[in-house]
Amino acid sequence: MKGYNFAYLDEQTKRMIRRALLKAVAIPGHQVPFGSREMPLPYGWGTGGIQVTASILGGNDVLKVIDQGADDTTNAVSIRRFFARTAGVATTTRTAEATVIQTRHRIPEQRLREDQIIVYQVPQPEPLFRLEPSRIETRRMHSLADYGLMHVKLYEDIARFGQISISYDYPVLVNQRYLMSPSPIPAFDNPKMDMMPALQLFGAGREKRIYAIPPWTRVRSLDFDDHPFRAINAPRPCGLCGARDAYLDEVVTDDRGGRLFVCSDTDHCAERRAAGHMGDDALPEAAE
Amino acid sequence: MAYVAVKGGERAIDNAHAWLAEERRGDPAVPELSLPQITEQLGRSVDRAMGEGSLYDRELAALAIKQAQGDLIEAAFLLRAYRTTLPRFAHSRPVETSAMRIARRVSAIFKDLPGGQVLGPTYDYTHRLLDFGLADAAAVPAMASVAPEDDAMPLVPDILGQEGLLEADGAGGDDPGDLTREPLSFPASRDVRLQALARGDEGFLLGLGYSTQRGYGGSHPFAGEIRMGLVTVEIEPPELGFAIDIGEIVVTECQMVNQFKGSKTVPPQFTRGYGLVFGFSERKAMAMALVDRAMRAAELGEDVTAPAQDVEFVLYHSDNIEATGFVEHLKLPHYVDFQSELQNVRRLRTEVARMAEAAE
Repeated sequence: MKGYNFAYLDEQTKRMIRRALLKAVAIPGHQVPFGSREMPLPYGWGTGGIQVTASILGGNDVLKVIDQGADDTTNAVSIRRFFARTAGVATTTRTAEATVIQTRHRIPEQRLREDQIIVYQVPQPEPLFRLEPSRIETRRMHSLADYGLMHVKLYEDIARFGQISISYDYPVLVNQRYLMSPSPIPAFDNPKMDMMPALQLFGAGREKRIYAIPPWTRVRSLDFDDHPFRAINAPRPCGLCGARDAYLDEVVTDDRGGRLFVCSDTDHCAERRAAGHMGDDALPEAAE
Repeated sequence: MAYVAVKGGERAIDNAHAWLAEERRGDPAVPELSLPQITEQLGRSVDRAMGEGSLYDRELAALAIKQAQGDLIEAAFLLRAYRTTLPRFAHSRPVETSAMRIARRVSAIFKDLPGGQVLGPTYDYTHRLLDFGLADAAAVPAMASVAPEDDAMPLVPDILGQEGLLEADGAGGDDPGDLTREPLSFPASRDVRLQALARGDEGFLLGLGYSTQRGYGGSHPFAGEIRMGLVTVEIEPPELGFAIDIGEIVVTECQMVNQFKGSKTVPPQFTRGYGLVFGFSERKAMAMALVDRAMRAAELGEDVTAPAQDVEFVLYHSDNIEATGFVEHLKLPHYVDFQSELQNVRRLRTEVARMAEAAE
């Protein structure tokens, strides 16, 4: 784009971000402060993810952007356009074709590969912030691996509700050391982070933190031996493609309580339908 | 059941942008705003956008205000997003406000003082009566010509300092921190705190400053001096070895003087709260000075009990570009998370029902 560097950020800034990324990869799950820049999109819209993507993007990359699992939600469209415009890179909606996937709130259903990088947009990198608002304190707690507060919170949940009541942004322990926010993905997606072949990068623009999970790293959702981690999902197959192992969105179809459950991952659903799978609510032509 | 997943994000965005452009222009029968009209006639808006946008450029600020339909936070946001792309050639030398070409200078602590009190173009003593004459293009009454203020105007804190009644100013020295390059870390030094305040939201600082006056971390402030006018900006290129003048900017400076009862090592004296803002932005400069002083509570051995004294609280929440982004991001879709919460609440309710049944 005229008047702007490749992928918007200047090269010095990209280098600074890449240095933070290298440090983050070297200390899995540790939050690295970085000189987050003001971006032309608002804070909360994915400025951290955008800066990370801008710093790792090369001319030959193929970019996929999803929000809520879908490629065509407005924010995903807007970010994809931003990079198409400022970097001129190829974009795709197909998970398998992408080399870089920027996401908000989901991990694609299809298992990612070693030659792919997933970039998460992170609103609040501090997993302890609801329990301890001061970042001076939480920094100390991380340095001492003092996570008793979180275990007490989970224990209190069990005492009160008979189960852990966190359904998204479910805290994980990375490489048996750092407590980490997986970003507000549904707990359903947490197991995908464990031993993922792809590099996972996390950018929090407003909070000015970067963190990472290198490929093939242990990521454990916090739980107790007698109360093992359980993912939450609607107990039914996708109405369009019949998938039983995909995270489902609930769509309100009328004002009489009508509901349709469909794959949140639109690419996954479309590919399944293209392969001939059909759910109970799909029109025959919709599968074509 | 016929259902096709929601599509059309691309077209919806294009249409929304087109509608926005049309709304921004308004009725085409009404003449379009020009940038000089904004810089000349909406100067206080320009000042605020420049201050919170951290970019001193009246013309770009006017453009941002026009583009944002007068939404000043949106305008500051546009300026920030632009300034972040600009290469940085040099840091200026510290601006000498003691050498300011004064347009306004008042002190609330001395009835008269060297250089005198200069009201300048202030609203302070206007009666807030809507002037219906302004609704039509009215001729501006000619201002009686005044001689420029050439008299030396010493800084009021320097006058107090001579007697040792006011704490000495910080030594300065090291290069100041820069929040736009380095993330905030704690303890945050005063230079960084002041930068955050100078960029901070006027309304937020006003509320916080006000809270200190109502008992939440009070520090008995007096407006030692407020001055507004032109200051020279100089840079010192290393290859030259001497400073060169690169232009003038308008700034408003507020030196707040606050009571301090003294400590074991320091006798009773007055302490400083400092505010400096681009343009004519007196409300912001004063609020900034109150909050700056409040945030020094811990350093001065005072109890830290009020929001304005909590450095971390103030610094993390004063930036309106960060705040507006995160507050407004709630309108982005969250249906994936909400879906898991729906299932969660259903599951919790099932469990409650089961427990109630078991109890019967």
